[in-house]
This record gives sequence, structure tokens and C-alpha cells, in this order.
Amino acid sequence: MSKGSTTLASRSLMTKGVTMNAQSAAPRSLFTTVRWMRARWLQMTMVALFAIIFLGADDDMEARFNTLGHKKLICVCGCNQILLECNHVGCTYSDGMRNELAAAIRRGDSNDLVLQAFVQKYGSIVLAAPTTTGFNLVAWITPYVLLVAGFVFAGMIVRSWKNRPLSQPELTSSSARLDEFREKARRETEL
Amino acid sequence: MPYFGSFALLCALALGLYSLVVGAISLLRENPVSRRLSETARRAGIAGFLAVAAAAVALVWSAFHDDFSVAYIQHHSNRDLPLPYKFAVLWSGQEGSLLLWALLLGAYGFVLRIRHKVDIRLTAYASVILAGVQVFFLLLLNFAATPFSLAQGEIPPDGNGLNPLLQYAEMVIHPPMLYLGYVGMTVPFAFGLAALIMRYPGEKWIHITRRWTMVTWMFLTCGIFLGSHWAYVVLGWGGYWGWDPVENASLMPWLTGTAFLHSVMMQEKRGMMKVWNVWLVFATFMLSILGTWLTRSGVISSVHAFAQSPIGAWFLIFLGIVFVVCLYFFIKNRSHLKTEHRLESLISRESSFLFNNLLLLVSCFAILWGTFFPILSEWATENTITVGPPFYNNVNVPIALLLLLLTAVGPLLAWRRTSFASLQRNFTIPITIAAASAVALMVGGIRPWQDISYLYALMAISLSVLVAATVASEFLRGARVISSHTGHNLFSSLVHLWHRNTRRYGGYIVHFGVIVAVIGLAGSAFNQNKEQAMTDGDKMQIGAYTLTYRFSAQDDTPNEETDMAVIGVSQNGRPLPTMYVTRHDFKASQQRNTVPAIRSSILEDLYIVNAGVTSDGRGRVINAHVNPLVSWLWAGWLMIVLGTLLALVPNKAAVTVPQTAPARAASAVAMAQTTGIGD
Repeated sequence: MSKGSTTLASRSLMTKGVTMNAQSAAPRSLFTTVRWMRARWLQMTMVALFAIIFLGADDDMEARFNTLGHKKLICVCGCNQILLECNHVGCTYSDGMRNELAAAIRRGDSNDLVLQAFVQKYGSIVLAAPTTTGFNLVAWITPYVLLVAGFVFAGMIVRSWKNRPLSQPELTSSSARLDEFREKARRETEL
Repeated sequence: MPYFGSFALLCALALGLYSLVVGAISLLRENPVSRRLSETARRAGIAGFLAVAAAAVALVWSAFHDDFSVAYIQHHSNRDLPLPYKFAVLWSGQEGSLLLWALLLGAYGFVLRIRHKVDIRLTAYASVILAGVQVFFLLLLNFAATPFSLAQGEIPPDGNGLNPLLQYAEMVIHPPMLYLGYVGMTVPFAFGLAALIMRYPGEKWIHITRRWTMVTWMFLTCGIFLGSHWAYVVLGWGGYWGWDPVENASLMPWLTGTAFLHSVMMQEKRGMMKVWNVWLVFATFMLSILGTWLTRSGVISSVHAFAQSPIGAWFLIFLGIVFVVCLYFFIKNRSHLKTEHRLESLISRESSFLFNNLLLLVSCFAILWGTFFPILSEWATENTITVGPPFYNNVNVPIALLLLLLTAVGPLLAWRRTSFASLQRNFTIPITIAAASAVALMVGGIRPWQDISYLYALMAISLSVLVAATVASEFLRGARVISSHTGHNLFSSLVHLWHRNTRRYGGYIVHFGVIVAVIGLAGSAFNQNKEQAMTDGDKMQIGAYTLTYRFSAQDDTPNEETDMAVIGVSQNGRPLPTMYVTRHDFKASQQRNTVPAIRSSILEDLYIVNAGVTSDGRGRVINAHVNPLVSWLWAGWLMIVLGTLLALVPNKAAVTVPQTAPARAASAVAMAQTTGIGD
């Protein structure tokens, strides 16, 4: 259920030791462009539109980086942790894998393509959960099949309990019999 | 000291074998000689505990005296290790943790054998079964995983040191708690099997084991929560539960143990589900052994790498023996477990317990299934796959939500049958409150249609509100009735109510704790995470927080080197106390550990990690998380513990009303109907 948003740009720059605000470049370039195209309103509109599209794409890229890194891939160093959550100091895999993921997304690869490339390089062990195809589907279905079967079975059991005839206790005036009932009532009501 | 320890372990094995063999022989016949033999077996069991305790003391003594001639001490301790952590050496490695297991089992056996007068014959049977389990662990300690093995070659001047991840105060408590839970499950198992073997009449064994089960369940809960808390505040990956095989291994017996605590009431009150209960208690014990096998055999990869060794085969064989023994006695004596199940309505407490058990067991199965599926897949398709957190979350969250719904509904259903009118009366207000909370959350900004995790979070919180409302209505209704009868104020009536049926009302507090923890879990759907390389004066924005990198500092002690980054924090422009994030380089073990800085509030945690030095050496890579509602998880845990403790207090004597018998019965029934009492 975790959802995160590791900054894509900072992650790729981190290994170089450079600090940079990922979004600072965008307004500056837009501003220059606007000055350059001052009199050309049609082109200006086009540029603005492109800027909006690309700004959106940037957000989208970051969201995809987080979705894939937090929900779909694990670090293959043997820690069994989610890729963006592997924090082993000196882990020889996770940094490289994160950079590969960032590069693939920046290249414009689709999610499927990214995952496929990872599987090709590291094997199917890199996927955080079984796929929903082939034999792996069994992993997903079995617990729910068991749940449904269990519900049906439990329902049948309760129904069979209900349908059993009630044996009416014989009421006698003997105090022993009464005591027995009192004890039963006490046990069931805990009074 | 190593010789003394080895000798103590050998003595413990001999005493355990005596307790097992002679104890078993003495149970074959019932005559004065057998009784005397049985008494010697009981005393041997008690002496066995003292022998194991002596061995444990010898190991801790060796750690305190830096006796590196013992290989175990050499590998898990060093001279400069702070003294409290030298205790932790006992369970930081495989051999030591097995010794701790044997020690705790011995301690449980000690208490059980001391209190044998509860039921001498039943305790004698249970004592033999405990001795059987103890012999297994002592065989391991004497022949397969010996804690007192001497180091080969020259004795080094210093040891390798304790795993740095374990050098944390909470870690001194977590493993013993978890083990108390695991090992404690042996006691209800022993009583259950004993009752089956001797065809024990009545449900007294359930009464005897009730407290044992509750206590061990509480320890297991504490162990699990302490482990999560330790993972959160020490491991520095920003979360508290990673669905690691070792975590799964602790959760599985917890789930079946929880199921047992509920279904056992069916047997107590209605004499139903005897077969089911016996197998639940068997399964809980076997799952704790299976978990140990899973994490020690190397079959499943885990971050708890210390545990992998060939002793896995021993556990598998032992598990097989336990299963065969249970199955044999079940088949032999199953007629003893026959019950006449009868129900007057489909909507009743009985059916709610049945479905509660079903959900808990399916959840347990899903975890077991996920843990084993990689092996199955490799066998079937020759393809190695991972079954990680997304699988467990996706499968278990819907089951947990259903369980939450039952937690709200079940306690308000009466035994035997519940009328529609009472359903309407009991649920109208709670359902209205829960629906209002869902609407309020959506108005407050939760958009369940945007992501399935938001939908789950919304459902979890609304259902939790429903549970809280039903629990509160139960307390209020009961207290009002008592208040009107006795004239006491509402608070003292609440205390009176709890005193009358501690298990029921303690149980409600446990339920309340569970929903507080669930709300904490639901918060994880809204976690935020950001990472940035920062040098002097750099800022990072995450959620409402602005982090400013100020400077870094270093420290050097004989045990470790520390690197600290100093981070200024403000929330919506308002300055907050400075946070210090550290990384430790432990000299003896040459291992590193990052310790996060956490600023906790009721709404969210700001969690910062010093993830490394930038390559130019001037800055630090700072990883920041904003984790909503995490403190609710820990608060929920404390409430669960409090509720369990309240449930353990003995009930006050039954209400005595100085009236004639029929009037008394009528009064009791009226009171029960109004307060809904009937556990």
C-alpha cells in the first residue's frame, strides 16, 4: 500500500554528486523562448502548448518511475526488498538499477517495455509479484478460490447446523435439573 | 565456562529424555508406582529447566568476560560492545537463539510443572509432550548447533562484534518477546494433544490453556510490533513491514493463534467445533516450527541471513514427527471430539466466529502460499520468480477488510440467533457514523476512484469507525444498565462492567487497538518519498516540510565511527527542531548502518535518512519520507497489549441477587438481554 515519489532527476544526478533543482530549468527556457518569439503569437501559442505537454510529461515520467520502482521491481542483491526501498549501504545493484530505470523512462519506453528489459537482463526474479499470465496466475487465483470455497463450505455447515431438529429439554421440577439449567444459563451469559 | 555450558546442556538433555521416557511409561498405567514415577519425571523436567538456564548463563557469562575461545562469542561479540548488548549476544546467532528457545520452553515447562495441581494427570501428559519438544531442541544444541564449540586456531585478541543492526535498545527486547510468543504456543499445543490422547472429559483443558494462549498471543503480538518498530526506526527504508519470509513466519502462527482465541469460545460456550479447535492449536504450533524451518533451511531467501544452515533438515523431520503423532491420536480418539452442532439462525454469534476463523485461515494460507510459490513455480516452470509485497498486499487487504467488517458485526450478534429488530437497533447509529466518516474523508480530499490503494484506505478507515462505534455502543449500553441498577456513575459502571466479564470487555479494547493500528496501516497509502543530493544551504520540499541542509559532523569511538548530517526543518514556514541523521561504521564487524531521524506527530511522521556521501565528498544524499498516521500503529499496539492484560484479570464472582430462584433467573435473563452479555 505504499506510494512514494522519489525525485527522478535527483536520483540520476546523485551518483555524480551534483545538486540541482529539477524544475528550475523549465521556466528559464520557457522565458527565453517567449522573448525570442515575442511577435509571433501563433508560434508562441504552439510553444506554450508544447511546454504544457512536456511539463505534464515530466510529472508523468516521475509518477511512472515511482510506480515501477515502488510497486513492480525489486532489488536483485538478495535482500528481497522493493527497488526504491533497498537502502543497503554498499548495495552493488540498487543504484545501477535505479539509474537504468530512470534512463529507460526518459528514453520514452513504455512500462511493459521497461519491465521486459529488466526481466531480460536480471531474470523474472526482478518482478516484485508474479505476472498474471500462465502458471503464475495460479498464485493469484488460489487464495481467492480457497476463500470462495471456504465461504460456500462454511455456509453449508451453518445451514446444516440450523436444520438440525431442536431437542426440547424435559422440564422437571427437580432442583438438580433447575440447577443444571441455571449453570448453563450462567455459562452462556457469564452472569 | 564453555565446558560448564556444554556439560549443562548434556545434563539438560539427559533430564529431558528422562522426563519424556519415564513420564510416558508412567502414563501407561494408573497405580501408586506409576504416580511416583510420574512425579520423578515432573521433577526431572523442573531440573532440566535449571540445567538449560545454567547453560544460558554460561553463554552470557562468556560474552561478558570476552571469552573468545568460544567460537560463538568470537563471531557475535567484541570487547568494546556496550554491556547491555552483551545480553543480546545470546540470541544474535543461530546457536544462541536455539538456546534461548530451549531456555524459554524450559521456563514455560517449569511454570506448568509447578502448577501441576490444577489437574495432575492432564499436566503429566502435557509435561511429557513438552519434554518431547524440549528433547528435540536439546538434541540440536548438543549435536547440530552447539553454542559452546571452541574456536579453531589461535584465539584472536578481539571478536567480530555484534551485528550493528542489533545494537539498538529495542532489539534487546524484540527477540525474547517473539520467542516467548513462538515457544509459548507449545503449551496450548501440549494441553490440546494431552486432552486428545487421554480423552479428557469436558472443556477444562480449554479453561486451563485459555490464559496461556492469551499470554503467548500477547507476547507474539509484542514481538511482531517490536520487530516492525525496530525495522522502522533502525533499518531506514521508510517502512515497517516488508513481507520478508521471517516476518511472514511470525505472522502465520499469530493468525492461527488469533483464530483459536476466537473459536475456543464456541467450544467453551456451546461445546462446538472441537475438532476444529484441536487442529487449530496443532496448526499454530506446527506453523511456528515451519517458520523456523523456513528461515533456517535456506530454502527461502531472506534478509535474516544469519539463520541459514543445514539444521533445516532437523526441523523438517521434527515437523513430520509432530504431524504424524497428531494425526495418529486424532484418528484414534476422534470419537471423543464428537459434538452436536445446532443453530437456530444463520445470523448468530456462532456463524460470525466461523467466518472469522475462515478469513484468518485464508489469510494465513495466502501468506504460506506466497512464501512457497517461488519453489512451486521453479519446480513447475523452471522459472525463478519473486513473490513480494505487492502480492501479499493485494491478496490480504480485501481479506483484512472483510475481517474488519466481521469485527464490527460479530460481537453484537447473540449466541444461537439474532433477530432483525435487534440488528436494526444495534447497527443503525454505528452504520450512520461510519457512512458519515466515509463522506467526510472524501470531502477532505481522499479520492477512492484515483487509485485502488486510496479505495482500500477509505474502506479501512470507515470500517474502523464502524468497529469503534459498535464497541463504544456496547460499553455504553452495558454501563447504562449497571448504572441504572446500582446508581453508580457511568465511569464506575464501566469498571464494574469490565470486572464482570473481563475477557469480553478486554477483548473489545483489543478490537479497539486493532482498528487504531489499521488506521495507521491505511495511512501508508498516502506515503511520500523524495531523495536529493544536498550540500550546504540546499533545500528540499516534501509535503508541507522544507528541509535545509546545514552541515555534517563526524565522531569516533572505540566501537564505531559516526557521520551525522544536520538538517534544518520547517513546516509551512514555521521552524521545527533541527534533525540529525546518522550513519554508523562499526569497527569490529566492519559493517555500516544508517539511523533515520524521525519527527513523529499524531498526523504524520517526517522520516529522514542519511543515504550516503556525494561523490565530491561535500554533501550528503538525503532521503526523506512523509508517512501519515504511523504513530497510530504504535498506539494501537499499546491498546492491544492493554486490552489483553485487562482480559487476563479474573472475573469477579457471579452476580448474586438476593431473590428467589425463578425471580433470580428472570432477573439474570433480563440483564443479559439488555446488556447483550454473552461473550
